[in-house]
Amino acid sequence: MAEPVVLLEGVRKSYGDKVVTEVLKGVDLRVDRGEFAALVGPSGSGKSTLLNLLGLLDRPTSGRLAIAGEETAGLDDAGLTRLRGHAIGFVFQFHHLLPGLSAAENVMMPMIAREGRTAKAMVPRAVALLDRVGLAGLADALPSALSGGQQQRVAIARALALGPPLVLADEPTGNLDTRTADQIFDVLREFNRELGVAFLIVTHDPRLAARCDRTIDLVDGAIVSDRRRTAEGAAPHR
Amino acid sequence: MPISWFLALRFLREGRMQSVLIVAGVSVGVAVMVFLSALIDGLQTSLVAQTLGTQAHVVVRPPDEVARPLRRPEAGVAIAARVEQTAQRARSIVGWQQVVTALAAMPGVTEVSPVVTGPAVALRGNATRAVVLYGVDPERFGRIYPVRQRMVAGRFDPTSTSCVIGRELAVDLGVAVGDRVRLAAVGGVGDVYLVAGVFDLGNREVNRRWVVVSTRAAQTMLDLVGGVSSVDLRVRDLFAADAVAADVTARTGLVADSWMKTNAQLLVALRSQASSSQMIQFFVILAVAMGIASVLVVSVVQKGKEIGILRAMGTARSTVLRVFLLQGALVGLVGSVLGTALGAGLGAAFAASARNADGSPTFPITVSLALVARSAGVAFLTGVLAAALPARRAARLDPAVAIRNG
Repeated sequence: MAEPVVLLEGVRKSYGDKVVTEVLKGVDLRVDRGEFAALVGPSGSGKSTLLNLLGLLDRPTSGRLAIAGEETAGLDDAGLTRLRGHAIGFVFQFHHLLPGLSAAENVMMPMIAREGRTAKAMVPRAVALLDRVGLAGLADALPSALSGGQQQRVAIARALALGPPLVLADEPTGNLDTRTADQIFDVLREFNRELGVAFLIVTHDPRLAARCDRTIDLVDGAIVSDRRRTAEGAAPHR
Repeated sequence: MPISWFLALRFLREGRMQSVLIVAGVSVGVAVMVFLSALIDGLQTSLVAQTLGTQAHVVVRPPDEVARPLRRPEAGVAIAARVEQTAQRARSIVGWQQVVTALAAMPGVTEVSPVVTGPAVALRGNATRAVVLYGVDPERFGRIYPVRQRMVAGRFDPTSTSCVIGRELAVDLGVAVGDRVRLAAVGGVGDVYLVAGVFDLGNREVNRRWVVVSTRAAQTMLDLVGGVSSVDLRVRDLFAADAVAADVTARTGLVADSWMKTNAQLLVALRSQASSSQMIQFFVILAVAMGIASVLVVSVVQKGKEIGILRAMGTARSTVLRVFLLQGALVGLVGSVLGTALGAGLGAAFAASARNADGSPTFPITVSLALVARSAGVAFLTGVLAAALPARRAARLDPAVAIRNG
């Protein structure tokens, strides 16, 4: 499909009723299938706000926002929830696994949410995903029994459970040591290459940003630079 | 398994200590409810049974005789008359056979027993006792009063030549089964009767006064040949006796007194007992509801971040709502099952400890199926209602804020 995974046109977002603070001041952004992009910028530049809008956790004050070809302006809460469920995977800095659920159950959670019920067939799929992120044999472990890197791998498997076209990652390696961070990054990269999933990674780490195909720089609520690196060689889908 | 069940069960398992404590709290509440209800029910049943052991539910009798002045006041004429009311005498219900048939056919009436009754004296040697003579059809009389089950000697077999008397009267007259006593209407000659049996209806006064003979014998003795003086009724619903009595009066023009009218004080006592027990139960339920609600409110606060993640992963608002409602309902249900068992156990223990001097239980405590169903239903509803507030709060969480602030 030619339509972009993410399409933003003149998106603005302000907070407050009396004292209005404009956090995003007209953002235009297009992310295509299979892209591997980094979103960088200083604190307070509006990265988190932009990510919340992209993740359909919040609505823009004005402007056009389309995810996977679907316009979001006309959707109600249930519609946003549905679109979010099948089009977007999340990877958070602090993994945010559900502590009461085993690794496999955490990975199954998006499937359960989509189907509205648990099913036997979900278990082998979850176990296969855990194998792919290098966690074979840890399907029944509770998150508290896993290391930080392992927890983040579970979170990545969960983000990809429904094979979404887009994964939003907020500082996915932020609280990991350098070696583990590199491993996690490699896992993301692998999924990007093999499945053509588009990744948008918010990061403070210039080393990591440098390894992405594209670097989007956000300063004071506006994109000030948007560079593509061709050396890495990931051919963008059309 | 539906997603809401899956999450509710996992959440309850995760907060193990909280879940155990709140289930224990609900159990204690339900146990108090079940035990109190069973206790009050048992107490009331036994009080009513004791009262009605010696009373018909409804007694139908002819209206009192009223003296009517022959001369009525005319216009412009005043009569200074003093109307003296007559003394009541033993009279028969007019056309009693038809009345009995009509009463038996009334809805709500289960047993009908025509009775010939009046004052008499019992004599043996130089002992003389004033008694109340009952001429009855033994079959019908036995279906109104539990006299057959309460025989202490002999058989309940009143005939034209034999009588059945109470235990105290037997002692007073110094007679036993097989002995003879002379029974006579006040001022009459009377006849000699064989004592066929001695009963104990659990009421000293009744045991001292009642002498039961056949209908015919009483009719002869009381000069009511062919008539009956009252009809005893047994009704299906004890507490509808008043309504049945009113209905009888409306249909037959006879006077009908229900046990509720003659035992008004007992009834007031029963009602206030019931309402105080209901009040205690209400406050117990309230405490249980607040307990469930507070645990769930804390849980929603603790799980704010998790709820945010669930929402981010495509879980609908309504699912989050159901997850918390279900937790309340499950806590209520499990608590009610344990609580009912605990309450029934308490009841059994109480029944075992509260015994009469002779070892028989003071009164029965039975945990009925209806009581169990009601308690479970109340606990379930309480759980759902108590969970409503926290569940709404959980469903309204803004996922972005919840994830950020956790």
